[in-house]
Amino acid sequence: MRTDGRRLLANPETWLPRLVVAPSFAVILVFVYLFILWTLYISFSHSGVMPNYRFDGLAQYIRLWHTPRWYVALANLGIFTSLFMIGCTAVGLLLAILLDQRVRAEGVIRTIYLYPMAISFIVTGTAWKWILNPGLGIERVMQSMGFTGFHFDWLVDSRMAIFTVVIAGVWQSSGYAMALFLAGLRSIDDEIVKAAAIDGAGAFRTYFRIMLPMLRPVFLSVFVILAHLAIKSFDLVVALTNGGPGYSTDMPATFMYAYAFQRSELGMAAASAVMMLATVMAVIVPYLWSELRAGRQ
Amino acid sequence: MRPRGEGIVRPRTAASALLRLVLFAVLGLFVLYYLLPLLVMVATSLKPLQEILTGSLISLPHQVTFDAWGKAWNTACVGVRCDGLAPYILNSALMAVPAVFFSTMIGAINGYALTKWRFPGADTIFALLLFGCFIPFQVILLPMARSLGLLGLAGTLSGLALVHVIYGIPFTTLFFRNFFITVPKAIVDAAKIDGAGFFRIFFRVLLPLAPSAFVVTVIWQFTQIWNDYLFGVSFTAGDSNPVTVALNNLVATSTGVTEYNVDMAAAIIAALPTLFVYAVAGNYFLRGLSAGAVKG
Repeated sequence: MRTDGRRLLANPETWLPRLVVAPSFAVILVFVYLFILWTLYISFSHSGVMPNYRFDGLAQYIRLWHTPRWYVALANLGIFTSLFMIGCTAVGLLLAILLDQRVRAEGVIRTIYLYPMAISFIVTGTAWKWILNPGLGIERVMQSMGFTGFHFDWLVDSRMAIFTVVIAGVWQSSGYAMALFLAGLRSIDDEIVKAAAIDGAGAFRTYFRIMLPMLRPVFLSVFVILAHLAIKSFDLVVALTNGGPGYSTDMPATFMYAYAFQRSELGMAAASAVMMLATVMAVIVPYLWSELRAGRQ
Repeated sequence: MRPRGEGIVRPRTAASALLRLVLFAVLGLFVLYYLLPLLVMVATSLKPLQEILTGSLISLPHQVTFDAWGKAWNTACVGVRCDGLAPYILNSALMAVPAVFFSTMIGAINGYALTKWRFPGADTIFALLLFGCFIPFQVILLPMARSLGLLGLAGTLSGLALVHVIYGIPFTTLFFRNFFITVPKAIVDAAKIDGAGFFRIFFRVLLPLAPSAFVVTVIWQFTQIWNDYLFGVSFTAGDSNPVTVALNNLVATSTGVTEYNVDMAAAIIAALPTLFVYAVAGNYFLRGLSAGAVKG
């Protein structure tokens, strides 16, 4: 034993790396894994205003799935996620292809396209809340331009308000998609592009038949990132509509927050958080799996 | 991102010249699309309220006034307290600087230990850490609120900074691991033969190679932490709110007429620090975004 101890002291490199990583590992074990288990347990418990560790089976989930507000949140998540992903991908891809044409001042243009990613969703929401203001915003601009019958009150229309979240969300995040697509296009070998040009393929053919199919992994990354952003979106809704009018623009993230901190229904809040985690995992796990497998090959 | 050697659309014929024109028109339109909201914000913040209520959203101010900026800075009401955004900017800075510093340093040493001293299980530990990048934070909000209460940190800036350090570790570790993995093993081996130990190699050999990784990580962390709203609104209260929460409260606090010019000035003030960082180090910001993108 003594010789072992001496060898360890003389050769700290055998244990130092592990010792250095250990605190982070422990912190993540507690604050990620243990906390998820805690939330999971609370979602199966009888918790109301205070955590209560009495096991209550699926009762919270049954209540959750009998709450109309939860269905509104899910429907909004569906609408928002699909339109947000379509919008960001379409705008991002278009801009990436256009910027790939040896454009002068490309750096400046790229910087402008991407700056919304640097600001907080709260700022974006505040700005768009003003721009879309019924009465003083876009509506009045259009009316003063002669379209006197123009009405735009989506922000206060409970059926249309979710689309204002899409508008602001696409404005903020489409530059991100552009940057990822552009990096993908630039990573394609010049020789392939030249070969296509020599074969007489036009610009559009080159892109749609040759380059875009090569971007499949980039498309996958963009979809996963955007879906991930969409499922977690919280700040933008809070700043733009605060879930309103009524709870018509609620999303799972705002639903969870409202039940946890405003209505003090911890069990329901935990159950909705678990549903969110399950949704994110359903998107991320297959992606990571394929990435890791590709990395190993 | 260098432009490719030869573009596909080349201005040779009249048709391709026309195509080129369309190209620039579309690019220009999108420049307007991204810039207009910012211009509207700036213009609105410089107008007196009367002009806002009678004029047009997109017109330039006839009468430029900085009153709204002054008010947003130190007299506008956030809830019941009427000191403007200034105290909350200070909160965000006091919380963000240590949180960025500690999470970055921890990530650097983790990334180094996990790549240059590959002990058994290092990959598993990394994968387990990485998982923290993807969880929706709603799933840890309730236990975190409770733990901060038990630690006596509920509603404090230190508590918020701690939360940001903890949930920053997966990202910072990812960034530094991806950087250090590109450093040739031979460099470390040579230092080992010279008798340098774990920390000596880290501080003398690896860190001097990593300024760009530090810049990328610091910018990413600063942007994330400064712009965070969820943790801020969940774990702080009133006087300890970060600026994003205060901005949202300021906009929501309206007594009588909504002062759109003050709202817009406040929004710009809250965005300025990260916009400034983006303006001076945009390329590093982009690298952070794509580094975060590599693994989701």
